[in-house]
Amino acid sequence: MKLYLKFFAINLKSQMQYKATFLLNIFARVVMSFATVAGVWFMFMRFNEVEGFTLNQVLLCTAIIMMSFSLTEVFARGFDVFPRLLGNGQFDRFLVRPRNIIFQVLASQMEFARLGIFIQAAFVFIYAIPRSGVVWTRDKILTLFLMIICGSLVFFGLYLVYASFAFFTVEGLEFMNILIYGGREFGRYPFSIYGKGILKFLTYIVPLALFQYYPLLYLLDIKQNAFYMLLPPLSMLFLLPSYAFFRIGLRRYKSTGS
Amino acid sequence: MKKYAALFKIRFINGLQYRAAAAAGLSTQFAWGFMEILAFSAFYRANPAAFPMEFSHLVSYIWIQQAFLALFAPWGSGGDAVEAIVSGNIAYDLTRPLDIYNRWFIETAANRVARAALRCTPVLFVAFILPPPLKMTLPPSLFQLSMFVLAVPLGLCVVTAYSVIDSISTFYTMSRYNAIFVIMADFFAGGYIPLPFFPEPVRKVVELTPFGAMQNMPLRIYSGDIAGPDAVKGVVLQIFWFAALLLAGKMLMRKSLKRVVSQGG
Repeated sequence: MKLYLKFFAINLKSQMQYKATFLLNIFARVVMSFATVAGVWFMFMRFNEVEGFTLNQVLLCTAIIMMSFSLTEVFARGFDVFPRLLGNGQFDRFLVRPRNIIFQVLASQMEFARLGIFIQAAFVFIYAIPRSGVVWTRDKILTLFLMIICGSLVFFGLYLVYASFAFFTVEGLEFMNILIYGGREFGRYPFSIYGKGILKFLTYIVPLALFQYYPLLYLLDIKQNAFYMLLPPLSMLFLLPSYAFFRIGLRRYKSTGS
Repeated sequence: MKKYAALFKIRFINGLQYRAAAAAGLSTQFAWGFMEILAFSAFYRANPAAFPMEFSHLVSYIWIQQAFLALFAPWGSGGDAVEAIVSGNIAYDLTRPLDIYNRWFIETAANRVARAALRCTPVLFVAFILPPPLKMTLPPSLFQLSMFVLAVPLGLCVVTAYSVIDSISTFYTMSRYNAIFVIMADFFAGGYIPLPFFPEPVRKVVELTPFGAMQNMPLRIYSGDIAGPDAVKGVVLQIFWFAALLLAGKMLMRKSLKRVVSQGG
């Protein structure tokens, strides 16, 4: 942990060297995610509700997915650029060091400029939390935090799968984009609006709905059962197969020699 | 003219090389279009009366958008030009007997056409054989189709002229991403949600800007959402904005090239 904090500080300092660029990059991310939010907002100026959700309830959902995604983007950047780590031989250097490999990939890169989405999400929370009609008890605040934290861990699992594919093939990683970036973009609405089939897929196979849709029902008092509160932690089970897949890839890995 | 045709051809063939990447990208494009349609149909169910275009028009809009994504998306095609400026290789380019503006324009356009050529056929093919609510329909008349055929290259020209201006701005910013420029174009050209879904006053203004002359025009003309005389007006607007952006870009290029100092080495 201490070592991680040290890497954290190094990464932060090195990116702060170019302050203007850093701030511009953050600003660009804020604008980018603002476009998504504006899209949602425009839709609700026309339609007052979708599948029983109002604008402020949907915005809650948008902010949750954006915030959990941005946490993953900042801290798991090493897995995002994983094909490059393999290609330029940096990964081989990790392999000869006496530390956990995932730890090293995580510590090697952090992209703080991606916090722009986090900032935008925070703004949306400030707007939507008082207006969403949620009665904020201790349980619900806890649920909200669980949704964000577990959400970012599920996204981390997806990054792991993405990185594992890079062991097998250099090309064709683009289909993971629909799960990673599609998850972020389409997660701006509660996943139930896409119909039963998609919801099932996102419940049992790639559990994005477990931290987004079901606990949202609990927050909004549509479902009172405390079981819904525990679904976000359950979604972390996704990390098991993703980690296993990564191990399989790692075992098969042969260096390119560069 | 001949040299520009050659330039286009080189770029086009170069762009056709990336077949594996295009094939991999296809699955994303199908899934993306599919999810978009599902999202809109949820809104349609919520209140069909508030839906600003016919549902079938929207379905065609989304599938053509996915098929021609590389043609109209404002991001990711000015790479070489920006690289040349940042790395300093622009100095070599300046010694060549070619106008740099024209060269960048041709290269960007050729890149876009090549990438779209690889992807559009499979996407359109599948979109036409899908079951009804998802199925893409033919344009309502021969007139609309011919206006569409006019509006596609014009939309490409407008968006290309726009992204060349974006590349030229690198002379001043030296940054690889002028992201805000790109996101604005994507949003106001109807990349996130089609313009009819914008609030009325916003839509009216945006439709007159260059953004309204980008993908918005061909995509809506195809299905007949912009029909008859309005389609003709739209094409005229596209010609106007193409000319305006072309002139602005050339002027900006001349101005910034005056400031360029080659340090040698």
